[in-house]
Amino acid sequence: MLILECPYCGVKGEETEFHGGGEAHLKRFGPGSDDDQFHDYLFSRVNPKGVHLERWRHVNGCGKWFHAARDTMTLEVFGTYSAQVFEPPQDIKDKISAKRPGWQWREFS
Amino acid sequence: MSTRLATGGRLLDKTKAVEFQFNGKRLKGYAGDTLASALLANDQMMVGRSFKYHRPRGVVASGAEEPNALFNMGQGAKFEPNQRATTTELFSGLYATSQNHWPTLEFDIGAINTLLARFLPAGFYYKMFMYPRTFWKHVYEPFVRQSAGLGKAPDAETKDADTYEHFYFFADVTVIGGGVAGLQAAKVAAKSGQKVLLIEQTSAWGGRAAVDGGEVDGQPVADWIDATIAELDAMENVTLRLRTMASGVYDHGYVLGYERVTDHQPDVTGPRHRLWRIRAGHIVTATGAIERPLSFAGNDVPGVLLAAAVRDYAVNWGVSIGDRTVVVTNNDNAYRTAITLKELGLEVPAIIDARAEGGGALADKARDMGIRVENGKAVVKVKGTKRVEGVAIGLQAGEGAVLETIKCEAVAMSGGWSPVVHLWSHCGGKLIWDEAEAHFRPDPDRAPKGDAGQAFVTCAGSASGAMGLGDVLADATSAGAKATGKRKPKAPAGDARDEAPMAPVWMMPQGAGAKLKMKMWLDPQNDVKVSDVQLAAREGYESVEHTKRYTTLGMATDQGKLSNINGLAILSDALNQPIPQTGTTTFRPPYTPISMGAIAGEARVATFQPIRRTPMQDWHEGQNPFFEPVGHWRRAYCYNRPGETHGQAVEREINQTRNSLGLLDASTLGKLIVKGPDAGKFLDMLYTNMMSTLIPGKCRYGLMCTENGFLSDDGVVARIDEDTFLCHTTTGGAERIHAHMEEWLQTEWWDWKVYVANVTEQFAQVAVVGPNARKLLEKLGGMDVSKEALGFMEWADGQIGGFDARVYRISFSGELSYEIAVPASQGAAFWNALMEAGEEFGVMPYGTEALHVMRAEKGFIMIGDETDGTVIPQDLGLNWAISKKKEDYLGKRAQERSHMADPNRWKLVGLETVDGSVLPDGAYAVADGKNENGQRNVQGRVTSTYYSPTLKKGIAMGLVHRGPDRMGEVIEFPTIGGANVKARIVDPVFYDKEGEKQNV
Repeated sequence: MLILECPYCGVKGEETEFHGGGEAHLKRFGPGSDDDQFHDYLFSRVNPKGVHLERWRHVNGCGKWFHAARDTMTLEVFGTYSAQVFEPPQDIKDKISAKRPGWQWREFS
Repeated sequence: MSTRLATGGRLLDKTKAVEFQFNGKRLKGYAGDTLASALLANDQMMVGRSFKYHRPRGVVASGAEEPNALFNMGQGAKFEPNQRATTTELFSGLYATSQNHWPTLEFDIGAINTLLARFLPAGFYYKMFMYPRTFWKHVYEPFVRQSAGLGKAPDAETKDADTYEHFYFFADVTVIGGGVAGLQAAKVAAKSGQKVLLIEQTSAWGGRAAVDGGEVDGQPVADWIDATIAELDAMENVTLRLRTMASGVYDHGYVLGYERVTDHQPDVTGPRHRLWRIRAGHIVTATGAIERPLSFAGNDVPGVLLAAAVRDYAVNWGVSIGDRTVVVTNNDNAYRTAITLKELGLEVPAIIDARAEGGGALADKARDMGIRVENGKAVVKVKGTKRVEGVAIGLQAGEGAVLETIKCEAVAMSGGWSPVVHLWSHCGGKLIWDEAEAHFRPDPDRAPKGDAGQAFVTCAGSASGAMGLGDVLADATSAGAKATGKRKPKAPAGDARDEAPMAPVWMMPQGAGAKLKMKMWLDPQNDVKVSDVQLAAREGYESVEHTKRYTTLGMATDQGKLSNINGLAILSDALNQPIPQTGTTTFRPPYTPISMGAIAGEARVATFQPIRRTPMQDWHEGQNPFFEPVGHWRRAYCYNRPGETHGQAVEREINQTRNSLGLLDASTLGKLIVKGPDAGKFLDMLYTNMMSTLIPGKCRYGLMCTENGFLSDDGVVARIDEDTFLCHTTTGGAERIHAHMEEWLQTEWWDWKVYVANVTEQFAQVAVVGPNARKLLEKLGGMDVSKEALGFMEWADGQIGGFDARVYRISFSGELSYEIAVPASQGAAFWNALMEAGEEFGVMPYGTEALHVMRAEKGFIMIGDETDGTVIPQDLGLNWAISKKKEDYLGKRAQERSHMADPNRWKLVGLETVDGSVLPDGAYAVADGKNENGQRNVQGRVTSTYYSPTLKKGIAMGLVHRGPDRMGEVIEFPTIGGANVKARIVDPVFYDKEGEKQNV
């Protein structure tokens, strides 16, 4: 059972306080997009053995969505950050790069 | 025969005799006994029958690893199957029966299977029960059901009479295992001042060392154990718990502990089991090691035990398994058993040592005591069926020629020791193969990782592969220091290990032929033999995980604690590859089975799930209606009057509502306030309709879809003011839709200025329905509710009968209807006022079933009936509620996909049976031809079906292939009974299609 820190309310909580929401930083494709774009947006998700950027909601707490950078294999949490950004903050990217050499933003599968 | 010795019994209190019952016999034991030791003291060598061949089985081990001694325990509401006798403490009145035999343990018909063993090899069930296919249901399945399983399931009609609880605990360091290693590690950790929890699964501290002896810092190890416990007990930062097993280690230092609080003292009040939910900064597993059996023919005969278990029974409980015990080993440790027995005055006719070079110092000591030691020898087979009568001896290097037969009553075997690595492995700790000890042990460089990437589990003592007392103490001292991150203190001095190297022996004798191999048990609980694993390998099973499932090796309730290493050694040999290449199967929690009650804890009956109550719930309960669960609410299905059936009550409620006046408690409907400058823009994205154009004071019915296009919820939206909307959701949908709104606001349109608040429980809401609805409100007095002041699909704030009310002119029944929201605190009084004033109109409350029937008569859809997550609004003929002007809304792009626009989709229609009967719910309409499985093709299904009291016949809605294009066509619905019901496709609106009744 993971321990995560909600970046909004600062609570370091048990996994049961949170609810996972899958891959983070998806770009929405609506009307006007072609079938492949829409298909990938709706259904294609990375499933990496290693670094994963994912959405979580502090559902039994402050109710806010946030993002977590996590290793799906070792369960190490590199950090949690606002859900209202288009990519992970630089300090978290640096931390992941230091711990997982060769890792690159958007090439983490 | 096994018996109680006059002396010995470290754990017994011989002043306290304890009576218990086994298979109807009254037997005697002592306080401190386990059920296993007490049975052995009463010469109950045979304790059960094996799973597949029904062979006689006896106790093999003395702890959690025991595969055979499983019993039905207790009676009635306290009955529980498959309880392990070796971990069951004896108490007065204990009631146990043996399992898996018929009619009796001594004479079991199923034992005929042992004669059929040649025809019941690995994979027998998979091979046998495949064909012919039709045999499965009536021949094979009843047979398998009757013969499968160990204990009986508890009677489904009884309820567990015991209570259970959960307990949360936080510790800097959690030490698992109360042997010498655990005590030392806990002591080192505790001295750093950190909060320490030490748990031990048995009822006594000290583990193996307490039995095997030795010296620590010059004092007997038993004294050191007592002193250490006293020291730990006196420290405020230390919590000690016996009878608490660590069931599993999970992510980021989470541990589940299973405390058996009153199993051994059922007269004491309190929970039976307590589930410890522990969050630990660091975990030290000092879980010891388990001795391995040897694979020789007849190693499952009652009286063949692990060597250390023989020692445990003698030292801990003063029980002798037999007068003459032959020890068979591949290591020095088992010599301790021979020496112990000899010291107790028992006979050891021979020690059979498979090693050609023999043993070290302990072997010398045994010889000095006059025990015959045979090096390079093997047990070829065990004589006897229901108990050991002797052993046939041959050469370990040979094929099984018998050199000599030795008479004995017991065999003490030892194939070496395997560290208990389960807890280390649960969360990803890796293992290395230790050639010298022929076992897997934890690889300290590949520990389970915590949230910051740090190792959070450390093994201590023999659990990490340290095998002598001195090494164990040194290793545990390091582990304790590592757990706290503090400097390592000096370790206490313990006896150095003085043993000759062990030699791996996976089969005895090494060249045994097929006949012997068919009697060499690897997994006695699941009846898996050496020959089964070899067969699996020959049939192409290479992965150890596949072999496990094919042969069922290690799949029994003991999860292969004794059998796994021996099994994978045999598999490796058959595959001609080194053991580490074969690897182990995955270790998963729980370490030993835990009770379902402990998992449930207090969450049973009323505390299982909170029930949501409307402000009028007390009134409803006073009517004693028939309640149905709707989400976490309990809503009245109908309000039965004395002598009425549900159907009659529903009919009365509908007739009264349609003809005069009915009241519905609609408080459970979700109410979400959406507020802010961008609220209109936001709702335009959420709903398929255009909501931003709604005028304050007006209401609009809206549909919500998922991004995948499927209909998710519906309800009426009221615009309160320029910035504020009130969105009604379905009863079950309020929290889900609230979360859906928050998700999009927080993660996609986070720059939009909108707030959402769920005010569902802030308001009581009553639907006042029927031709006399307006008269009732006018009688109560207050705001103008005339058609002119408050038209259909409008709302207004005001007062009704002195209550602060917000009145919506909306209708889900097709009648003149006002849905009136008042503050929740005024709900009950408001309801009472309506009931009182409505008396002259014959007012009646109506329930959810009347609500459903009336909406179906009107052709209104119901989320969850007409929708099932695969239905789009267009399927339901709701195109009128989908804005053509909007560029985008959630689901719009998805609904443009070719399959969604396909004219061949099943679409909503009304269905009217030709004979006026009511269609069965969920029935399918058949089409011509059959599908590839030989089943009739289908062309539609019933989604809602009722008897309509208004129309006096059955009405239904359904989704039918191209339905709206086929009006008037008659289709057939086969029923479960075999009859076909014919129904005509009609318009789904059965009642007042023009809406004249609601708009008055």
